[in-house]
Amino acid sequence: MSFRNISKSFPGVLAVKNVSLDILPGEVHALVGENGAGKSTLMKVLAGVYTPDAGHVIYKGREVKIPTPQAARQLGIFMIHQELSLMPHLTVAQNVFIGREPRHAGLVVDDAEINEKTRELLALLHLPLDPRTKVATLTVAKQQMVEIARALSFNSEVLIMDEPTAALAESEIEELFHLIRQLSRKGVGIVYITHRLDELKRISDRITVMRDGRRIDTVPTREADIDAVIRMMVGRTIFQAAPELPEQPSPEVVLEVRHLRRGNVIKDVSFQLHRGEILGFAGLMGAGRTEVMRAIFGADRLDSGEVFVHGRRVTIRSPQDAVHDGIGYLSEDRKRYGLTLGMDVESNLVLASLAKFLGWLGWMKREATRGIARRIVDRLAIKTPGLQQQVKNLSGGNQQKVVVGKWLVADTEILVFDEPTRGIDVGAKSEIYRLLNELAKQGKAIIMISSELPEILRMSHRIVIMSEGRITGELTAGEATQEKIMRYATMRAEPPAAWRPIPATP
Amino acid sequence: MSGVGSSVHAAGRVVRPESRLRSAATQKILTFGALIGLFVVFTVASPYFLTFDNLMGILLATTVNGVLALGATFVIITAGIDLSVGTVMTLSAVMAAEFVTNWGLPVYLGLLGGVLTGALAGFANGITISKMKVPPFVATLGVMMGAKGLSLVIAHSKPIYFAQTSIVRGLTMDSVVGSVIPGLDIPNAVFYLFGAAIIASLILGKTILGRYAFAIGSNEEATRLSGVNVDFWKTAVYTLCGVFSGLGGVIIASRLNSAQPALGSGYELDAIAAVVIGGTSLSGGEGTILGTVIGAFIMSVLTNGLRILSVAQEWQIVVTGGIVIVAVYADMLRRRQQQGRMLLEGGDQALTQPPGPEREQQAGVSAGG
Repeated sequence: MSFRNISKSFPGVLAVKNVSLDILPGEVHALVGENGAGKSTLMKVLAGVYTPDAGHVIYKGREVKIPTPQAARQLGIFMIHQELSLMPHLTVAQNVFIGREPRHAGLVVDDAEINEKTRELLALLHLPLDPRTKVATLTVAKQQMVEIARALSFNSEVLIMDEPTAALAESEIEELFHLIRQLSRKGVGIVYITHRLDELKRISDRITVMRDGRRIDTVPTREADIDAVIRMMVGRTIFQAAPELPEQPSPEVVLEVRHLRRGNVIKDVSFQLHRGEILGFAGLMGAGRTEVMRAIFGADRLDSGEVFVHGRRVTIRSPQDAVHDGIGYLSEDRKRYGLTLGMDVESNLVLASLAKFLGWLGWMKREATRGIARRIVDRLAIKTPGLQQQVKNLSGGNQQKVVVGKWLVADTEILVFDEPTRGIDVGAKSEIYRLLNELAKQGKAIIMISSELPEILRMSHRIVIMSEGRITGELTAGEATQEKIMRYATMRAEPPAAWRPIPATP
Repeated sequence: MSGVGSSVHAAGRVVRPESRLRSAATQKILTFGALIGLFVVFTVASPYFLTFDNLMGILLATTVNGVLALGATFVIITAGIDLSVGTVMTLSAVMAAEFVTNWGLPVYLGLLGGVLTGALAGFANGITISKMKVPPFVATLGVMMGAKGLSLVIAHSKPIYFAQTSIVRGLTMDSVVGSVIPGLDIPNAVFYLFGAAIIASLILGKTILGRYAFAIGSNEEATRLSGVNVDFWKTAVYTLCGVFSGLGGVIIASRLNSAQPALGSGYELDAIAAVVIGGTSLSGGEGTILGTVIGAFIMSVLTNGLRILSVAQEWQIVVTGGIVIVAVYADMLRRRQQQGRMLLEGGDQALTQPPGPEREQQAGVSAGG
């Protein structure tokens, strides 16, 4: 099967540009690239979730149209999405046969038959599962096996897996790889999207690297050098402007966290943050960066761990406690968690610090709020027709400034910026950068989570890299490069013998 | 060789499904236990409670709410809601009486017309929700008000009596069993409830409709992507719910020997309460008919027992309200515990959605809806 010159764009973004790719029967074809490189979009075109704007798909020597997922399945193409698409309250067999149940008299489902057929299918794959088990009671790994069994029940010849190992433990990954090898021996072509470069050598036959919606190269795994693959993944022109770091931060520790743990999303995280410092948090999506910050901010419960502000142990049970202790958190999803979109600029700016503006019986001091809102709007150069403008009518960059302004009014000493420039244009980005630098100069301690490597490199004094809920590395501004960060970010928390990490920095 | 390896591997993990199942069973036992508990308490508190006449009274009082709750169970399993079951019941009763008394149709045909009226109203709900994409809460609210108004219009705001057809009342209030076994005068209506419950249970457990109801409530988008015509099956579920409302209407008309057009508001909430007490999740995907029947009985035993103890009717309502909240709270606690366990053990949370505000929000919405 092959693609020729596939393109797909969404409003404002060209997600996949002119990509051509072949998938051979029986091969395991790994697809790698940074977040947003277009891997998933490309595969969703193949699986009928998206229709391409241009290009065509050739399957078994003949051109095909794939308008829907059902059409893809009929052809023998099955995609296992990252968010598994199972019905958790149904049993394994019910999930495998959903939409295709054998019936008596057109109405009564023949459960005995679907159980029997599923049992045969599972036996064929050597999967020790009971078809009558409810899917919700299975581990993610087992649920994935159910999806694979479902894919095979359609006699699929091309199986696309989007980051199948993202939620699996090491022993489970071995089981999955075993299953994948078994399938490829049967001639099933497998496309394997992954962020874990250590897996490439273990499972794939060929590697295709994508970046910015383009295919950079396809190489046989045997000849591939992982460092070369990393270079291809990040290889964009390094940021135009030189890093514009403010003066060195003071040695004074403002925030320290020790041994944070939360289920299997945060695994023993410890770090320090200094006054006047911008600490970058790098990592791939799902590495646990946001989870750590939410936990520190009191938005999620912690299993264990200690948080110190200025050396004093604090217990933060709610965002209210966090604000009281001088921690502000600017969510990555500002529309959902950062702003009340239907309210005006002024109300949003004072929302996190209303207590400061309350008079007798909770009466709001409008003069005071209006005054401070006007000062913030001037200082951050928020472009709005007036203080009474609803926030939803502002541009993304200006909305982000309102969120920043909100925390300036609250006057917290520690500010956590979660993806501060996501979805805003270049001009607004540099304004946000300038603002971050200015805040650091004023002595605020700043944590910046960002998935954009150039941004992290440009802004941070120090960079902490997370992978799978753990901190896997820490780099100073001087020693950090995109390649080094990427290595740490794709490192397994418990590296297998075949994968030696580069020595940690002293 | 490798097959052996992986089966050994799995054996170590088989424990968990069982513990989860056990806890689902615990839930059902708890609900049933609550019903038994109420029985014991009221029996001790009053000598009149455990008498044949009073037990018949409880059974009879459960028939209408029980039948309505059966239909509501299907809807709630799809993660939907039907606020119209009460007034659709009334409209069905009015239409049945209209057909029989004013049109002079044969009794059985007229009553069938009543049931079909319910089906039609349910179909209207289904189309509005699946095709017009109006949220179930709003769509069924509209049909609820429409049915209420239509009932009053058709009946000219007055009761319609089955004056010439005395047979109607006998359909529910006579006792076929009593005529066979003297002394065991269980009204027919009670058997209609149990009959309907058995049929509902079979539909839910054995047919494609029940299967897709669970699938839609479990993960609607995944169901759609599996090639299931979700719109069709949703419409079918609401239509089925309408059939049960229609049946409820015919039963109440027969019991009162008349159609009372002003009746019906508030019945939908009782039905939803019974479903919820019975352990069906308002966020969809889970529920049983047996649970709903037990839930309906808990409500009528409670009402009956409190009345025997001379608790004012107003206070009976307050207590019932408390029970609903306690039942759902207990269920939430059970779920949260389970989830906490899952999180600590690792794995599994991918399907149960990320922890955090979204979940809380969802829980809030569904509990409110």
